[in-house]
Amino acid sequence: MAPSADRSSGPQNGADELVRASAADLARRLTAGEVTSEDVVRAHLDRIAAVDGAPGDGRGVAAYLHVSGEEALATARDVDARRAAGEQLHALAGVPVAVKDVVVTRGTPTTAGSKILEGWVPPYDATLVERLRVAGMPVLGKTNMDEFAMGSSTEHSAYGPTRNPWDTSRTPGGSGGGSAAAVAAFEAPLAVGTDTGGSIRQPAAVTGSVGVKPTYGGISRYGLIAMASSLDQAGPCARSVLDAALLHEVMGGHDPRDATSLPDPVGPLAEAARSRDVRGMRVGVVRELTGEGFSAEVMASFRSAVDLLADAGAEVVEVSCPTFAHALDAYYLVMPSEASSNLARFDGMRFGLRVEPSEGPVTAERVMAATRGAGFGPEVKRRIILGTYALSAGYYDAYYGSAQKVRTLVQRDFAAAHEQADVLVSPTAPTTAFPLGSRLDDPLAMYAADIATIPANLAGVPGMSLPSGLAADGLPVGFQVMAPARADERLYRLGGALEALLEDRWGGPLLASAPALDTVPARPEVATA
Amino acid sequence: MPALSPDDVARLAALARIDLEPAELERLAGELDAVVAAVASVSSVVSDDVPATSHPLPLVDVYREDVVEPSLPAEDVLAGAPAAQDGRFLVPQILEED
Amino acid sequence: MSTATAPAATGGEPLVAYDDATARYDVVIGLEVHVELGTATKMFDGSSTAFGAEPNTQVSPVSLGLPGALPVVNRTAVEHGIRIGLALDCSIAEMCRFARKNYFYPDMPKNFQTSQYDEPLAADGHLDVVLEDGTPWRVEVERAHLEEDTGKSTHVGGATGRIHGADHSLVDYNRAGIPLVEIVTRPVAGAGARAPEVARAYVAALRDLLRALGVSEARMEQGQMRADVNVSLRPSPDAPLGTRTETKNVNSFRSVERAVRYEVSRQAAVLDAGGSVLQETRHWHEDTGITTSGRVKSDADDYRYFPEPDLVPLTPSRAWVEEVRASLPELPVARRARLQAEWGYSDLEMRDVVNAGLLDVISATVAQGASPAAARKWWGGELARTANAREVEVTALPVGPAEVAELARLVESGRITDRMAREVLEGVLAGEGTPTEVVTARGLEVVSDESALVTAVDEALAANPDVAEKIRGGKVQAAGAVVGAVMKATRGAADAKRVRELVLERVGAPQA
Repeated sequence: MAPSADRSSGPQNGADELVRASAADLARRLTAGEVTSEDVVRAHLDRIAAVDGAPGDGRGVAAYLHVSGEEALATARDVDARRAAGEQLHALAGVPVAVKDVVVTRGTPTTAGSKILEGWVPPYDATLVERLRVAGMPVLGKTNMDEFAMGSSTEHSAYGPTRNPWDTSRTPGGSGGGSAAAVAAFEAPLAVGTDTGGSIRQPAAVTGSVGVKPTYGGISRYGLIAMASSLDQAGPCARSVLDAALLHEVMGGHDPRDATSLPDPVGPLAEAARSRDVRGMRVGVVRELTGEGFSAEVMASFRSAVDLLADAGAEVVEVSCPTFAHALDAYYLVMPSEASSNLARFDGMRFGLRVEPSEGPVTAERVMAATRGAGFGPEVKRRIILGTYALSAGYYDAYYGSAQKVRTLVQRDFAAAHEQADVLVSPTAPTTAFPLGSRLDDPLAMYAADIATIPANLAGVPGMSLPSGLAADGLPVGFQVMAPARADERLYRLGGALEALLEDRWGGPLLASAPALDTVPARPEVATA
Repeated sequence: MPALSPDDVARLAALARIDLEPAELERLAGELDAVVAAVASVSSVVSDDVPATSHPLPLVDVYREDVVEPSLPAEDVLAGAPAAQDGRFLVPQILEED
Repeated sequence: MSTATAPAATGGEPLVAYDDATARYDVVIGLEVHVELGTATKMFDGSSTAFGAEPNTQVSPVSLGLPGALPVVNRTAVEHGIRIGLALDCSIAEMCRFARKNYFYPDMPKNFQTSQYDEPLAADGHLDVVLEDGTPWRVEVERAHLEEDTGKSTHVGGATGRIHGADHSLVDYNRAGIPLVEIVTRPVAGAGARAPEVARAYVAALRDLLRALGVSEARMEQGQMRADVNVSLRPSPDAPLGTRTETKNVNSFRSVERAVRYEVSRQAAVLDAGGSVLQETRHWHEDTGITTSGRVKSDADDYRYFPEPDLVPLTPSRAWVEEVRASLPELPVARRARLQAEWGYSDLEMRDVVNAGLLDVISATVAQGASPAAARKWWGGELARTANAREVEVTALPVGPAEVAELARLVESGRITDRMAREVLEGVLAGEGTPTEVVTARGLEVVSDESALVTAVDEALAANPDVAEKIRGGKVQAAGAVVGAVMKATRGAADAKRVRELVLERVGAPQA
């Protein structure tokens, strides 16, 4: 269903116009000297103050866990001064960005949405953050997320849930609901996310934004607080395919500090996003990700988008990936296994929370257990225990070992499908945004939200979600594109073209039709920024 | 596949060094039993001749050269420590030997 | 059945006399030796490994295990691992991986150790060692793999500085992440009562090998090389292996030998009493010479190994392996054989030199121009005794190969006598200067001035006319008394042989 562009929530004044502008547009105007980075940053801080509230206060979007207003303004002024002095700057210099709180930032609190890291200030920057800083991109703050990126709704944040800007009684997806909601609510033009089983793409789908999980190793993991090392991948969140490509280009490319980083330089992604030509492109609809479990409304929006592609000259075929049926199961063995080991370092000895046992002797062993008992939330505990079980003596082969073999089968399915198709497509998520609280007590229902996104993580291939329209409930539907490893530009080529076709139909970006948000009291640090 | 009892969960929690309340043990046992039942099928879909994939991309031999880089500044090292003394991390008494 | 005795003084467990134990049980040992590699940086990050820095000043997010940090493998550490593997005649894996060994300990920043599990870098080798009496013994090596060291805890508040009784601990992570190679033997059986000696000889030979390879200083006293000693007993060589204990961190050759002996005696007592040996780690107490129970194998030993997902596999190319092989120095066993042939030492002499750890100093002394015999004589005699008396290593004496070679030259040229040389050495050891300087300062030179000697002989003959008469009468052996008088008069600074010649010449006796 095509939305009618509701301009009542559109630009009302200069500042509002600045927060609704695309990153590409802001970059052009900054370069041309039509606007300063300080104005752009201020406009976003004002927007955050107006609509974000704070996690746990029961109001507002709550996309941010921490807003670094002063630091962002300082970066903006520095960029403005250098530009005024005639210095040659990066194309995105001065364009602000929000960063998921699972990415470490030197001097800025980083909690990964967990109590166990409350108050921790990292002494170093993640490689991707270094690259944002080198590019001169002001970091607005750290976005909310499910604790340690474990969840599909951002409700597992220890600091309170993020709300979906389309309907604040619903979740923004997860784990990166904060980054998706920040761009969807015009609280940042760009955001960084991480995707282990869909944490960039699924929130993008349910917030009507664009999210990309690059090929595994395409953006350095150095400085990403690890959940599952062999699945984790950082990527861009944006309101358009081109904006996502621009941010991807800033962050991507080899990093010698990450042994799993691809040696390749990042490709010409923005160029691919601008090409808008799908003629002759073979588009494979994945049979196993288009039937059972996907709501009728989601399927209708998906089919309509596929038809648009066919009309534009793409060659649409159906492909079959039979082992995708087991991908979710394999994922829920591999991911918790690796997570159980990665999260062992949170023990109250060197950083973060330290909790003494309520009774009995205060020994290192007991302090570790008490700290972890008090500092981890229920989903984290669930996954650590599950992973400990899957790796333990006598179960390793049946669980972790078998799951790693399923990954091989999933890779083979991708390879076979790509013999028939240049890109694979499916809906990103089986349903539109679900109501807050509706799946919290049913882990399996929550896990099912990632059924279409997980195969790409298991195989290490790139995936994108972009909006295909609104369902009958008025909520966005996500369209997923997948490509072979190291062929990320294909996502942008197809995504850019589909986005243009859809926006022609809609008469503008889907997010322009999102309802206006209530103004809420600002959190203290934003109010004073 | 064996069902996970609260005792099993308690043993795993000890191995994972997490204090759990009795109510948490009960609840986790029920939840995890359901999850394990759901995911246990993986062992039936793979045969012995399928190799395991532990790294999604086939990279090998990634090295760094043996060249010294500066240490983290001393003031940063202990800044986030819950407790420190004499330039070292202070931890409660260690009972077990490694 | 013999009576087990409890060593009252040590508070240890009941023991069976060692000979008694080995007469009735077959001893099987195994050794796991950890070696810190002498790389400039850590296994997985660029932090320095230099010894003795202020606490926590050689750390990075990686070696502190901070959230988000990732490891990258040190190429030189892998090359050292290959070097060790080749020197032990192992095969080098075509593909191997790191794995995570998961257990909680405050020394270990990530609460897992990045190690190698079922895919070690090197496997299936051996080390040939020689026991004190010259018996050769081949110790089979199961594997050599790479891993990382832990930090160091100092236990504070307790009386002993040990863990028990400590109030809290202070942790320094400078050592965390230093590359280690762990070398694991196969079970060593068949040595019987000589098992402790084999254990010692193996660790000593391994130390020499590692130093020769240039991969580690392997100083046990600095913890650069640490041995875990496994011991088990069984009723007979045909019986299956008994339950073993693992005595951790035994840090000298002598302790390795003693720890095996102790465990044999202790386990025999347990078995004699009808008990069973517990599979456990044990701690070695250097002061009392006993082991005490550490941790019994338990659930916590479920290490949940899995391939390290933050690192990619290693596939050392055959070209690299061959390049390393070609660069291997002469290994200790080959070097010993070559030097023995070059120096003409007997088997016994060579064994004593090796056992006394004198190979390198003798080699250096010979290189400075001394004869092999003289070098062995001085280092194995006077200097070894002095070092022993001072309770230091012979290499720690203020005398080096250059001084010993100089001393040997002085003797060989006849400038000083052997007896004088000992006095010269005393002077050098006392810091009086080089051997030549001591000779001059102490006036120890042989009196070779003929006229002075003739005068002394004439004086002695004049003072002993009866002796002169006897000589003239043909009793040549009477000359000894005059020689003695001359030597006394010159305070030994004369060549006795020449004095004797002069005495006979001056009395006009026929030369014998």
